[in-house]
Amino acid sequence: MTVKVLIPTPLQKFTNNLATVECEGGTIQALLDSLETNCPGIKARLCDDNGNPRRFLNIYVNSEDIRFLDGVETILNDKDEVSIVPAVAGGLITVNR
Amino acid sequence: MTQALPTQLCDQLPKTGKTHTFDRLVCKECGAEYPPAATHVCEYCFGPLEVGYNYDEIRRRVTRQTIEAGPNSIWRYREFLPVETDTPIDVGTGMTPLVKSNRLARRLGLKNLYIKNDAVNMPTLSFKDRVVSVALTRAKELGFTTVSCASTGNLANSTAAIAAYAGLDCCVFIPSDLEAGKVLGTLIYDPTLMAVEGNYDQVNRLCCEVANTHGWGFVNINLRPYYSEGSKTLGYEVIEQLGWQLPDHIVAPLASGSLYTKIYKGFEEFVKVGLVEPKDVRFSGAQAEGCSPIAKAFQEGKDFVIPVKPNTIAKSIAIGNPADGIYALEIAKKTGGNIESVTDAEIIEGMKLLAETEGIFTETAGGTTIAVLKKLVEAGKIDPDETTVVYITGNGLKTQEAVQGYVGEPLTIAANLESFEQALERSKTLERLEWKQVLV
Repeated sequence: MTVKVLIPTPLQKFTNNLATVECEGGTIQALLDSLETNCPGIKARLCDDNGNPRRFLNIYVNSEDIRFLDGVETILNDKDEVSIVPAVAGGLITVNR
Repeated sequence: MTQALPTQLCDQLPKTGKTHTFDRLVCKECGAEYPPAATHVCEYCFGPLEVGYNYDEIRRRVTRQTIEAGPNSIWRYREFLPVETDTPIDVGTGMTPLVKSNRLARRLGLKNLYIKNDAVNMPTLSFKDRVVSVALTRAKELGFTTVSCASTGNLANSTAAIAAYAGLDCCVFIPSDLEAGKVLGTLIYDPTLMAVEGNYDQVNRLCCEVANTHGWGFVNINLRPYYSEGSKTLGYEVIEQLGWQLPDHIVAPLASGSLYTKIYKGFEEFVKVGLVEPKDVRFSGAQAEGCSPIAKAFQEGKDFVIPVKPNTIAKSIAIGNPADGIYALEIAKKTGGNIESVTDAEIIEGMKLLAETEGIFTETAGGTTIAVLKKLVEAGKIDPDETTVVYITGNGLKTQEAVQGYVGEPLTIAANLESFEQALERSKTLERLEWKQVLV
């Protein structure tokens, strides 16, 4: 199961300055673990002390916020695209027209 | 709040010897400090960054008299805003009327109701001119020659207009299926207008990438810490216009929660530097039921906000994932305020009520705020004697579609007195909404 992960600028220091990395993982949780294996240190930045994604971080699977899916248990399929996007205070991310 | 401070970043703070009124950005979540550059999220915990001020220096520079002698715009409060220049971009933004309400107040049974009317803010008739004036002034200081934003309305108008005034290149991103009026109201200022094939979410994500790769100043992304500070002037002006007093209660619309929290910050700052006597002010917030994640969290007693997918006519405040929502919740709770939501039908009634009683045509956000004000009064949550300020943040001419079909039609008559008299007679017996079906 290979998915493409888009990495935000502040975290690219963990990915050799790459904006996209390919990663393995059947769920978001597994993906986060796999990211940590490939890019040590990144998970502590993505997740809080309880291991949950930080509240000012949005994670999308093919443009859908995982909060509207199954959170970290969201199932990933081959060729899915996962975006990690810092929330902009001001709620930019999900403004509807 | 457990994050250690990244001291290596603190070391990069400017050490010029000159005393500044602001000198850093501070993470609202973990307290990490950064130089005052074009950046908006904490590298450590992704929390929002906020400008850090030197209040001793501000106190030294500012008195009521210096403010009153300043320009008739937001720049009379320049020391409280994150800019260094003595010549900010001043397009006459701010100092909008604080109207003592008579007819609306009587209708609602309130004795001391005031309306802060940003429906007539300059130059583009919404509170966004305040935040954009600050953001573009700072953008110039930081060396940007191109400014940008992602928007579906008020922000696009404001950024394009003020960039035109300031001679900055401007590129505005909108979703490709935006209403014609909003497109025209931006194009007239001659920005580069990118109509992105995708929803607003996708537009924003694209903008984040453009901000990173092109080095442009996005007012609501990498310039956001400066931009959002402009809303504090809505707090300062109310204090000054009330005769250097705080109100007892405010009611404001809640989208991201930013405006609401910045009004609170504005009040706090004036108390902190001794410009106004401290007093408890209750903060109440208004949301549309079709997008009310903060109101829902408030009513359920939660201290976090669960995102929703918006579905309401109040599009300018339809933010499903309000990043300042938790801060707004905190303020409502600690000040003894309320956060309420109203239906789309109530929003239209709110717009009509304000227009019919005060002669102010507001957009849907203002309709939401008035409808919530009415709901709070009816529930006994506003004391009739307390000084209440309701914030109207945008102009109804921009959202005409929302009330189309709810305000009736003109009576078409022949050009003679008889026809007029007949029509006048009919108008006394018909409800306005029936007029359009009647051929006089």
